[in-house]
Amino acid sequence: MPVNIVSKGDYVAAALTGELDHHNLIPIRQEIDTAVSIALPKVLLLDFGDVTFMDSSGVGLILGRMKLLKSIGGTVALSGAEGYAGKVIRLAGLAGLILKEENENANEEKQA
Amino acid sequence: MQTKKNKLNNFSLKFPSLGRNEGFARGIVSAFVLPLDPTVEELNDLKAAVSEAVTNAIVHAYPNEAGTIEMSGSATDSDAGYIIEIRVKDKGVGIADISQAMSPLYTSGGEDRAGLGFTVMESFTDKLRVRSVVGKGTVVTMTKTISGKQ
Ligand SMILES: Nc1ncnc2c1ncn2[C@@H]1O[C@H](COP(=O)(O)OP(=O)(O)O)[C@@H](O)[C@H]1O
Ligand SMILES: [Mg+2]
Repeated sequence: MPVNIVSKGDYVAAALTGELDHHNLIPIRQEIDTAVSIALPKVLLLDFGDVTFMDSSGVGLILGRMKLLKSIGGTVALSGAEGYAGKVIRLAGLAGLILKEENENANEEKQA
Repeated sequence: MQTKKNKLNNFSLKFPSLGRNEGFARGIVSAFVLPLDPTVEELNDLKAAVSEAVTNAIVHAYPNEAGTIEMSGSATDSDAGYIIEIRVKDKGVGIADISQAMSPLYTSGGEDRAGLGFTVMESFTDKLRVRSVVGKGTVVTMTKTISGKQ
């Protein structure tokens, strides 16, 4: 399975795996778009933690989902972008979409 | 002053413009470069650059029916490290305005194209050269010096 999708309340989380190129992204995009069209989430979370390779086609996936989510009043967030995918995401100027998980965890710990 | 330049290895192959050959082309480049002990980053940069060039040949050069893609490469030993040159050639539709095509975010379309393929090739290699003739095809040549681990 190149993508693992979990729908929960207001969000859909898609864990991407393997090599994200133009060819491999065709079925992945379809699965994500189907899940989004059913759940109509406020947030689509794309996780790159198990991505072993990515080129600009992965950026195309993100930009396309941003458009899709915008059309239903939602947004896209990214996680697990510490690896090579993160380098391409930053080159594309999309670093601002990456969740600051560590900061959030730190805040939660302080509040607890 | 004498500078060391010694051709170590080269390859040349042809394959059809099918989507599954994006991964195949990356595999070839990995196998070609790995014996030279590149860093993980150097290897990934080369794979990404080649992936972009081959994807463009598949998506843009031959939009309607599959054509042939030629990929060749060479490795040269130099004082600075190993100079890797990879060339991707198609006999597809060609590019009318190369500088427009190479400008960041420009895309002539296609589902979810980011318009960043040439930007990746330029950023992740040392030198990128694009030659193209409308109706004849396109040749993309990329050069990257890898210093390797040591
Ligand atoms: N091999 C090629 N043959 C014909 N046109 C090409 C080729 N490579 C690139 N192009 C043109 O250059 C544009 C920009 O390419 P690129 O930066 O990779 O972005 P993208 O592939 O996302 O469109 C493409 O949209 C296409 O019009
Ligand atoms: Mg491209």
